[in-house]
Amino acid sequence: MTVSDSAESRRAHTQLLVLRIIVYAILIFLSILCLFSFYMLFVNATRTNAQLQGGFALLPRGHFMENLRNAWTDASINIPRGLVNSFLVAGSTAVLTTYFSALTAYGIHAYDFKCKNAAFTFIMAIMVIPPQVSATGFVQLCYKYGLTNRYWPLILPGIAAPVVFFYMKQYMESVLPMEIVEAARVDGCGEFRTFNTIVLPMLKPAMAVQLIFSFVQSWNNYFLPSLLLTKAEKKTVPIMIAQLRSADYSKFDMGKVYMFILLAILPVLIVYIFLSKSIIRGVTAGSVKG
Amino acid sequence: MKKKKSISYAKWGYLFILPFFLAYFVFTFVPQALTIYNSFFENYREGLTQVGPNFVGLRNYIQLFTPDANGSIDVLKYAGNTMILWVLGAVPQIVIALLLAIFFTSYRLRIRGQQFFKTVIYMPNLIMASAFSMLFFTLFSNVGPINQIIQAMGWSDVPIDFFAKTVTVRALISLMNFLMWFGNTTILLMAGIMGIDQSLFEAANLDGANAIQTFFKVTLPLLMPILVYTVITALIGGLQMFDVPQVLTGGAGTPNRTSTTLVMFLNNYLGSSKNYGMAGAISVIIFIITGVLSMFVYRSLTKKD
Repeated sequence: MTVSDSAESRRAHTQLLVLRIIVYAILIFLSILCLFSFYMLFVNATRTNAQLQGGFALLPRGHFMENLRNAWTDASINIPRGLVNSFLVAGSTAVLTTYFSALTAYGIHAYDFKCKNAAFTFIMAIMVIPPQVSATGFVQLCYKYGLTNRYWPLILPGIAAPVVFFYMKQYMESVLPMEIVEAARVDGCGEFRTFNTIVLPMLKPAMAVQLIFSFVQSWNNYFLPSLLLTKAEKKTVPIMIAQLRSADYSKFDMGKVYMFILLAILPVLIVYIFLSKSIIRGVTAGSVKG
Repeated sequence: MKKKKSISYAKWGYLFILPFFLAYFVFTFVPQALTIYNSFFENYREGLTQVGPNFVGLRNYIQLFTPDANGSIDVLKYAGNTMILWVLGAVPQIVIALLLAIFFTSYRLRIRGQQFFKTVIYMPNLIMASAFSMLFFTLFSNVGPINQIIQAMGWSDVPIDFFAKTVTVRALISLMNFLMWFGNTTILLMAGIMGIDQSLFEAANLDGANAIQTFFKVTLPLLMPILVYTVITALIGGLQMFDVPQVLTGGAGTPNRTSTTLVMFLNNYLGSSKNYGMAGAISVIIFIITGVLSMFVYRSLTKKD
């Protein structure tokens, strides 16, 4: 009895060990798949055009600064300008989106009014409508009223962000006791001031996560900006990167091309490396109920 | 004092949600209405001359579904492309994500380094799609590192032109979509599995169910609502596929427009020709497809409550 028992448990043990090895192998394979292209990007951004034409290499070389200088001072693609433009658009969009989503969520969370449920249902319903559906009319209006090559038509729509609203609403339900709001009222604090000085600080973790997500989304946005920003000095980074693709490829210094791509993704990559834990937590918090 | 207690704060509620609705009305609702309105008009630029706007009824829609000289209907071809590209990326994405979610939440396996793996597999989701596409284009180009490896290994004497064959272009687009989204799906499904009442797993274990039985009889049925939600939101996302095929193929959907998606088609009409009539009609079609899909999302969500 005991003999067969221990044989059984040994077999189960071996089975588990084999299973673990397979699982780790899959995980490592997928990780390599995810990292490979970015590793190649980094390595190739440190090699000269001649080295790149010469063959494949797994280890970085010493020409990073040279490529950076060439990319930074390129005559046709003004990447420093693009980075500044993108920071301007993505930064303002992120701030507006986060602030107004919190404000809207608070309006529905903290007050009772007649259209409250209707407003909530409406926001949930428009959440899934793809932005491309309004693009035709939006582009037409921008061309009609001379609003192309301006940033505010790309920034202001961020005020109405259903997904961020929903995230904020969920968060408030779990962390915001109405007693605090009541107490502020008793102390004679105005409603708007209560929101700005008492409620907002309590939402800090949620605000931080949504600031990052909306920044990244706007930073990476290509479709609408590419239709509206036509002047070279107004273009954002994704448009410049796409331009590389349509340029005459064979004449390019490839070290420079890799450097352009690296510069485009680096800001987001750096933020991610430092805040990956809270970003990953933020992925789930808003989308899955309890 | 007594009177103060019955103060209505309702107006603050309206005031606080006003900016959202104002912004939505101006920047989304009006353009949307205009898009639909446009779809019934002839309105485009030909060189320097502006044609229209003239009311043409359903002519844009009829034109959209009229076969060209070769007997092919562009909008159906591009809808088909979008569907194929989505399925090729989404099926492995959901299968692998489900598998990983089970690995990560398994008490028996006790996977170490979860945070590291999650960080790595989620990363591509945040990368600029146009930069990621440009990167793949350079890596897989005729003189790129992948071809250099292939030739160095002696697998092929001549470089493989990945961007000349339908199969390889579609495979690359799907691979990129897979890489960009499977980490995100894994994390969502993990949260779903962790939301399942643990005592159910214990009960299944006590009843002598093995891992596979537990998965099919306990985990999968309880995970269904989230799985359905994930699939449909992925489908709506897939319908919007643009950045990756646009940049990877330089907007041409090469070869022979077999990787042109619906939104790329829309984008072509919004380019220099500014054909708001045709663009409007395509948008309405995308809108209707999304509407039908969203109804499924709504159903799957309300069923859970």
